[in-house]
Amino acid sequence: MISRRDFLQVSMAASALVGASGFGNWSRLAAQQALTQDQLLQFDTFGNVSLIHITDIHAQMKPIYFREPSVNIGVGDNRGVVPHVTGADFRKLYGIDDGSPSHYALSSGDFSSLAKAYGRVGGLDRVATVVNAIRADRPDALLLDGGDTWHGSYTCHHTEGQDMVNVMNGLKPDAMTFHWEFTLGSDRVREIVEGLPFAALGQNIFDAEWDEPAESFPPYQFFERGGVKIAVIGQAFPYMPIANPGWMFPEYSFGIRDEHMQAMVDEVRAQGAECVVCLSHNGFDVDKSMASKVKGIDVILTGHTHDALPEPVLVGDTILIASGSNGKFVSRVDLDIQNGRMMGFRHKLIPIFSDVIEPDAEMTALIDEQRAPFMEELSEVIGQTDSLLYRRGNFNGTWDDLICDALLSERDADIAMSPGVRWGPSLIPGDDITREDIWNVTSMSYGEAYRSEMTGEFIKVILEDVADNIFNPDPYYQQGGDMVRIGGMGYRIDVQKPQGERITDMTLLKTGEAIDPSKNYVVAGWASVNEGTEGPQIWDVVEAHIKKRGTVTVQPNDSVTVVGA
Amino acid sequence: MDFTRRETLALGGAAALTFVLPFRANAATTEELVNEFTGGADIADAGVELTAPEIAENGNTVPITVSAPGASAIMVLATGNPTPPVATFNFGPLAASHEASTRIRLAGTQDVVAIAQLEDGSFARSAKTVKVTIGGCGG
Repeated sequence: MISRRDFLQVSMAASALVGASGFGNWSRLAAQQALTQDQLLQFDTFGNVSLIHITDIHAQMKPIYFREPSVNIGVGDNRGVVPHVTGADFRKLYGIDDGSPSHYALSSGDFSSLAKAYGRVGGLDRVATVVNAIRADRPDALLLDGGDTWHGSYTCHHTEGQDMVNVMNGLKPDAMTFHWEFTLGSDRVREIVEGLPFAALGQNIFDAEWDEPAESFPPYQFFERGGVKIAVIGQAFPYMPIANPGWMFPEYSFGIRDEHMQAMVDEVRAQGAECVVCLSHNGFDVDKSMASKVKGIDVILTGHTHDALPEPVLVGDTILIASGSNGKFVSRVDLDIQNGRMMGFRHKLIPIFSDVIEPDAEMTALIDEQRAPFMEELSEVIGQTDSLLYRRGNFNGTWDDLICDALLSERDADIAMSPGVRWGPSLIPGDDITREDIWNVTSMSYGEAYRSEMTGEFIKVILEDVADNIFNPDPYYQQGGDMVRIGGMGYRIDVQKPQGERITDMTLLKTGEAIDPSKNYVVAGWASVNEGTEGPQIWDVVEAHIKKRGTVTVQPNDSVTVVGA
Repeated sequence: MDFTRRETLALGGAAALTFVLPFRANAATTEELVNEFTGGADIADAGVELTAPEIAENGNTVPITVSAPGASAIMVLATGNPTPPVATFNFGPLAASHEASTRIRLAGTQDVVAIAQLEDGSFARSAKTVKVTIGGCGG
């Protein structure tokens, strides 16, 4: 007799085989310049249930470039394991050929030249084609959106998320969970949620005053698909009032609340759930940790940390799926559920190569309809770039270097700080920088660029605090962003040290002098979580800077020395 | 990031507590308080549950719950606060539920400790680190 565990391992191997041969095929086909939509969509329908996962779209409706990180350090038990494997190491781990489409889609290295060869990725009209194709195979497939959907673009900001709501409704999701959505303010979130034709889930969204589950966001929703009773439990981003301005949604409290998650799993199982899916915005390492503590979840569809993994990660009897960000990927997960047990699965991470996958005409029209009133503002060319502009990476990215430069010069500051968010598409050398491109990496409801004085000691406190939110060895204490980006100052960080001891050698770059703990420095930054922050909007600061420069060149940044990786 | 000047100073103060005197300052007091409660008896690791957030949304009001089936009393200590004792909950023999919830104020990142006296007179302990952080850089 074969145990459930054995079944999972057997099918894991089979899945890995499917994944690997899929990649191999792409490489060969790409060499022949013959990557096709059929190849990208090829999937032998399996079992009785299909899940479609998309997450962290950040309002990117049109195809974009998106460079994956080259620095993504794991600590504690996650040191050196996925998703903390990047570049050539990542390709070696998954058997991906250098220069292949999967190299371009999934890993960093040679990005600019591969981007020119393979073109843009994403576009929700291409995503629609993929979703429709999966539904043609399995008409009752569940489409689940992991959140960070109604944030991240010019049109999304100006319509307070309505553009994305309209377009996503065209995709017909079955459920969704949340993070940046709440930065629209709780009144607006509730207004949208009340009209949603699908479930808005979050088992960890609580009423802050009563510390009880919030009424507007049910913990779970049942679906009957392929004769299987499926419970989808939502898990919103746990640290919203800390990582984002809590004053914008003061009625709500979040947290991981894994004891409540266990109670919800037990509750849905008692109500006859044969398959339990967690639609999560925890971040990958937090989900991995949660999967080892909460028993009875079959699949966790992870989000928040923007990782794209070509194979599921197995924790006990739970599989974790990581589907990337910015509309770049869609995951398809087929499950075989028999008598309340997951007997096997088949998985494919489908990269949305926008030049290969035919856009869905209806969806293109719907997207263009949302953008039409803003086209003049969106398309205005502000400057050009000679450098690759990207954001992802633990310590810096060229987009943030440019934003910090803008803050230093436009706001006449000694030191600049830019938040370590993970959203924001890339531009390749030679590209125009349009107003839309600037908004794609800056837009938010609290974008005011402050200017204030801070002591050297306090700047260190900030760096130590943010570093511990990324490099605390226990994932439950991590918030899932990257390090705050610093302009005008260098430092050394030992990621293995405890809080208070990681940051040393802070140096003011313009003088080369060590930062004096008792001296005041003028600091310019943006995205303060404080209510009443004053200053011009960051996108205006960046636009003014780029306009003056005309063509932007970003020099390599070696002001942060990292040890202990 | 938090940056008004007033809050900068306030945070600087909190941070000084966190980094310069990380709950070591009160370690002796914590031990004394525990000894006083248990009379120096051995303390088991299982028997009391302490639920608290990993990272406080607001250090001034952190919701916690303690629960120990059959317990006659549960003591809660915030080991890093200037005054560590938070509360001691006493349960009578007819208590239907041996659970209590409250909100506590934390001076900075520290361990919250719950010690329960169980039905048979033995003691159990549970601790959880609650982080009080500046935050502000989400993904």
